[in-house]
Amino acid sequence: MDIITVSKLRKSYRKGQVQALRGLNFTVDEGEIYGLIGPDGAGKTTLFRIMATLLLPDEGTVSVDGLDVVRDYKAIRRRIGYMPGRFSLYQDLSVEENLSFFASIFHTSIEENYDLVKDIYGQIEPFKTRKAGKLSGGMKQKLALSCALIHAPRVLILDEPTTGVDPVSRKEFWEMLKRLRLQHGITIIVSTPYMDEAGQCDHIALMQDGEFLRLDTPSGIVGAYTDTLWAVQADDMHRLLDDLRACPEVLTAFSFGEAFHVTVREEARMQELAAYLAGLGHRRVEVTPIQATVEDCFMSLMKKSDEG
Amino acid sequence: MKKQFLSFLRKEFYHIFRDKRTMLILLVMPIVLMILFGFAITTEVKDSRVAILDLSKDEVTAQLRERIAASRYFSITAGEDNISALEASLRGGKIDVAVVFGEQFASELRRGGRPSVQILVDGTEPNQAAIRTGYMQQVLAAHLHTLTEGRGVSPFPGITPVVRTLYNPQGKSEYNFVPAVIGLVLMLICVMMTSIAIVREKEAGTMEVLLASPLPPLCIVLAKLVPYFAISCLNLTTILVLSVTMLHIPIAGSLPGFIAVSLLYILVALFLGLFISTVVRSQLAAMLLSLLVIIPTIYLSGILFPVESMPVALQCVSVIVPTRWYVDIARRLMIQGVELRYVWRETLVLLLMAGVLLGVSWKKFKIRLE
Repeated sequence: MDIITVSKLRKSYRKGQVQALRGLNFTVDEGEIYGLIGPDGAGKTTLFRIMATLLLPDEGTVSVDGLDVVRDYKAIRRRIGYMPGRFSLYQDLSVEENLSFFASIFHTSIEENYDLVKDIYGQIEPFKTRKAGKLSGGMKQKLALSCALIHAPRVLILDEPTTGVDPVSRKEFWEMLKRLRLQHGITIIVSTPYMDEAGQCDHIALMQDGEFLRLDTPSGIVGAYTDTLWAVQADDMHRLLDDLRACPEVLTAFSFGEAFHVTVREEARMQELAAYLAGLGHRRVEVTPIQATVEDCFMSLMKKSDEG
Repeated sequence: MKKQFLSFLRKEFYHIFRDKRTMLILLVMPIVLMILFGFAITTEVKDSRVAILDLSKDEVTAQLRERIAASRYFSITAGEDNISALEASLRGGKIDVAVVFGEQFASELRRGGRPSVQILVDGTEPNQAAIRTGYMQQVLAAHLHTLTEGRGVSPFPGITPVVRTLYNPQGKSEYNFVPAVIGLVLMLICVMMTSIAIVREKEAGTMEVLLASPLPPLCIVLAKLVPYFAISCLNLTTILVLSVTMLHIPIAGSLPGFIAVSLLYILVALFLGLFISTVVRSQLAAMLLSLLVIIPTIYLSGILFPVESMPVALQCVSVIVPTRWYVDIARRLMIQGVELRYVWRETLVLLLMAGVLLGVSWKKFKIRLE
């Protein structure tokens, strides 16, 4: 069953000069983790704010749990847990005071819904008298999630919850989200600029310039990738990128961790590319075939949408 | 709703109590201002240096001289024997006040005539000149009153001092600063602190969470205003107690009336702060806009310069300054001691301002982010 339905959604700023959302359509199933993946400025925050009844759409409709975000905004505000891009906590209030405040404005208390948050809040409870401003990024994130969760919402809307948080906390965070979905059946819609987090979602939408490039499961998106993809490494990585991009066999070349991911023409051979690069004076050239990741798919889709 | 509100209110008090700078501004500033003003006033009137030119040299002028010397406001530093020497010391800043007794002072008084006495003051600082003149007149009149009373002779016509204010003959000033301090302090606290407190939520992003919650906007606004209302009341009390105990400024008119009008003024200032918070996005902008409101207030409210002596254009502008009306009411209630019904027009203006500001803010307060 669909818990969120978005259709023909458009939103622009500054009297239409900036098109933030250009006609979005998608649905979110009840009880799934739906990921919105895209770089800064793709329109993720605008979309989330509309779902959280904080912005009005220019065109199109959005319904959350069967309620219209414009007409029934009051009812929706009781059913969603919204966590904005920055961890919106009161820095001068302690961990416990923050959580208890957010519980009270939703007509509940920490005790009443402790079961729901104990998995997350339990981790920071030893520091409950510490001021929120003195917490580490990972702890702030856990507190903010606890605050968004304390009133047992039907839907959690999390805007870039892992931005600015260390890799270990990021991993832990996704584990927490998965447990929430499994144990409490909460629908979670989450945005992130990190492509490597896409695999944690049930469905993802790749977003760019206010449009969806593709909506699918992570494996569906990777499976639809048809290009030949190699990872290339050499000693002088800086010069390597220029040489790769100048090579007629190479279609695209992007930096990806320690290597470059290149897509090549179908008839290209790995040995030929290695020999070509060695001929240009590169030492210790390594070319290996690899499986596409969501990021490769995103790059490829982005390029196609630019060309199209 | 009630539990939500109380919880929000507690949070607001936490914000205030945990920020030392805020606390300092809120609680210490009014006291410092009062002591500063009060101290300035007491040093002005005490120990004024007096020179006496006695052309009569009889027993009455001798008594008067002793009376002046005994007063805690004056100390006689010199006697001069001609008027030009007197003026020279006045001009040279050696003395603050000069008293000239006319010839045959005692016999003139005995005959029931009008002996002449002249008081010369340095009018460079009009406040001080007016106060010194007043004190000198009191000292002289009090003594002559006892003299004539004992003999069953009416003190009138008595003597009529001829007062001449030198260097600034038109000098006009008020020293009834207590209403002005209340007017300013409340403005600062209510407008600046309130607008900053609301805008801080926008800046920190917490407003986004509050708006996306079922919290009614009225609850947010009320919880923001109530603490500053309470603190303003506390400050009002402090200032009044200080002015009565430390500065011995009595409240001449009705105290409940004065408090009622002050509470109304606090509301006007709170709503002004609320209004500012609805038009700006950052704390810095809130502070600048508040200052932009408060600084003209100092000049246009009659605290420093009388409104009547301003150019007509500025007088018209001063009509929209709430402090102008409040200071006017407060001075009349506190210093002149008139009854509340004599200031109903000014009170009505404040009421109107409160209504308009609240209405506009309420309309502008957003239930969404745009």
